Amino acid sequence: MDIRSQIAMVFHLDKCIGCHTCSVACKNIWTDRKGAEYMWWNNVETKPGTGYPSKWEDQKIYKGGWEKKDDSIQLKSAGHLKGLTKLYHNPDMPTIDDYYEPWKYEYDSLFEAPEGSDQPTARPVSLITGNPIDIKAGPNWDDDLGGSPDYARNDVNLHNISAEDKEAMFQLERMTFHYLPRMCNHCLNPACVAACPSGAVYKRGEDGVVLISQEKCRAWRLCITACPYKKTYYNWSSGKSEKCLLCFPRLESDQAPACMHSCVGRIRYLGVMLYDADKIKEYASCNEDELIDKQLDIYLNPFNEDIIRKAQKNGIADSTIEAAQKSPVYKFVKEWGLALPLHAEFRTLSNLFYVPSLLPVIGKMNDGTYESTSENLWGNIEETRLPLKYLANLFSVGDTNRIALVLRKLMTVRYHRRKVTVNDIDAKIVDTAFSETGYNAEIADAIYRLTSLVKYDERFVIPPAHREEAIEMLNSTDDHKGETGFGEKKGTRRVF
Amino acid sequence: MIDAFLFIGLPYTVTFLFVIGSILRIRNYGYSVTSHSSQFLESNNLFWGSRFFHSGIILIILGHIIGFLLPKFVIWFTTNPIGLFIIELSAFAFAIISLIGILILIFRRIFVKRLYSVTSIMDIVVYVVLATQIITGLLIAYQLSWGSVWYASSMVPYLKSLCMFSPDMSVISSMTLLVKMHVITAFTLIGLIPFTRLIHFVSYPFFYIWRSYQLVIWNKNQKTMRVSKNTREGIKPKNN
Ligand code: HEM
Ligand code: SF4
Repeated sequence: MDIRSQIAMVFHLDKCIGCHTCSVACKNIWTDRKGAEYMWWNNVETKPGTGYPSKWEDQKIYKGGWEKKDDSIQLKSAGHLKGLTKLYHNPDMPTIDDYYEPWKYEYDSLFEAPEGSDQPTARPVSLITGNPIDIKAGPNWDDDLGGSPDYARNDVNLHNISAEDKEAMFQLERMTFHYLPRMCNHCLNPACVAACPSGAVYKRGEDGVVLISQEKCRAWRLCITACPYKKTYYNWSSGKSEKCLLCFPRLESDQAPACMHSCVGRIRYLGVMLYDADKIKEYASCNEDELIDKQLDIYLNPFNEDIIRKAQKNGIADSTIEAAQKSPVYKFVKEWGLALPLHAEFRTLSNLFYVPSLLPVIGKMNDGTYESTSENLWGNIEETRLPLKYLANLFSVGDTNRIALVLRKLMTVRYHRRKVTVNDIDAKIVDTAFSETGYNAEIADAIYRLTSLVKYDERFVIPPAHREEAIEMLNSTDDHKGETGFGEKKGTRRVF
Repeated sequence: MIDAFLFIGLPYTVTFLFVIGSILRIRNYGYSVTSHSSQFLESNNLFWGSRFFHSGIILIILGHIIGFLLPKFVIWFTTNPIGLFIIELSAFAFAIISLIGILILIFRRIFVKRLYSVTSIMDIVVYVVLATQIITGLLIAYQLSWGSVWYASSMVPYLKSLCMFSPDMSVISSMTLLVKMHVITAFTLIGLIPFTRLIHFVSYPFFYIWRSYQLVIWNKNQKTMRVSKNTREGIKPKNN
């Protein structure tokens, strides 16, 4: 058993209001640079929709992630030999047209245009060529189901949904959508790391953050193909690949990543998970129907004495173990079974979990009129406006039972709270719900608390980065104390 | 005098520049080393251009290296007319392929406006020198036939003499202007490597072939950090 610690996240989709504050916070800090304008390390997609880059989930197009081969796994379109033959030209790499051409507006012409009979305009000009362009696409072009015929209807997750269900989804009265905020999952079995021939992409041992060394990147661009979530981006100007770095400078100083800190809906949770690194390969190679169970299994119980002892022996700080015990992610994912990984079939063992949204469930069509009431207080799950299969394709490798159970659990919490606060439902309903889901009043209250009331410190349980030891990462303490202000990054050591 | 400068001074200078320059650039300015891929901005023409150019040029360079290392073998192989034919024909074909490739690459740079923003002056220099190199090579093959034989028998001794530090210019001085040009641009290319995008193939990722797929880097190596004899002068913890 090789216990390591990993920063993991939960996004509670029921709470996402689709305001894109997270994306903008990230953009302002990290990607408002030449060559990075088109990058959205964090983005919020409307589902159903094709996402960013367009249809990223369709691995028949992008060939990302791992695939099972016999008892093992291999990268779909990269790897030792496959990768090296693709250096000169990589047929499976998205180009800028799969994202959009970044632009700005010629605002100065509003002030400087000569007097004339027309109003001056601020034309859009490409940030690549500097020439005026016709904007064809932009970030969130399909926000809130805009342009549905082109976007929502081409959602990759509609692939095994019956034609009637699909049609029903797009009837105006039944139309529904939810938001899917996405960022790098800092996977346990990252495809980007495995695909990088230069060894520039790596996982940080201490907290599992996946980073790209800008010094070592040689623009072989295989990480971009390999990441099934398309969360590595190529900077066309610097000739280096870049990706979300989980705001590690903020994490190290006990601040939540910018996207999470700024999240208006407070949907984001971050915490430590302990996991067994020896199991990664085996679990990532299991059968598709076991994938989620196995992945949940890889995370260890931080309260178990034996696990704690082994973790300590592996050099994990007590404060990190303590953080793992308080981790909201552990609660959502392991204790309550409410959060699921996105597209576990990509086999990267992602560390970002989603609590699926419950709201599209209510209401149903009756003789052509839409009714938001039903005998059943919150409608029932089987009559959802968004077919269960659709959510299952996103979050449970197509297993509708698993997604239904999660929705029922979410419902149970609501029944219970309704009983407590309004007391207009039968205690029997609540009890049935409890026995079906294995919850009780205590758990339901805890979920309610962590969902609705939590403050910053409970949403983000960041393990201390031990700043007092931080200098040891770069220098020996002995040397450091005498050279404050004199240290040089490159040093003066001779070349040979 | 001018010959001595071009065929003795130049090769030693460019070799020095290449070796020292490449080491310094990769070691100290790693951030600047990249293939500067432009595939993200234009992919379809690059497919033909880059694949043709690279497969052609790499095989041609390999051919030159084999001829240099094993001249006896090449001479033996080419005494047989079939062997001669095979070598000459394939070399010519690879050269044509790389010529087509570089022409596609150059036209792509000219006609795809998006690429202007990622084309530097040094890129243009590289295109010009490379194109000259390939074209002179092809002209030589066309005009002075059986290049594989006389390369092995006449040019290799000259290159060897350079390597042995007893330069012998007698052969090269008597070559035609075309051959001289080909040799000079070849030296120029070697010298350009550390100062241009050509540095990208010096950092070819050989190690990937036997590297395990997952790569985990720890910032702190607790073991080496806490050993007192390491704290001064000795091994500094090397974070990424
Ligand atoms: C040994 C292995 C080599 C590898 C792996 C390699 C790889 C690459 C890659 C990835 C690119 C960027 C292509 C893109 O835009 O996406 C490139 C471009 C280029 N390479 Fe190589 N290369 C190699 C050898 C060479 C050699 C031997 C030469 C010439 C002597 C060369 C000359 C060039 C040139 C001129 C370009 C620019 C192409 C353009 O964008 O127009 N390469 N190479
Ligand atoms: S989601 Fe992140 S860690 Fe996973 S493969 Fe993509 S870039 Fe790598």
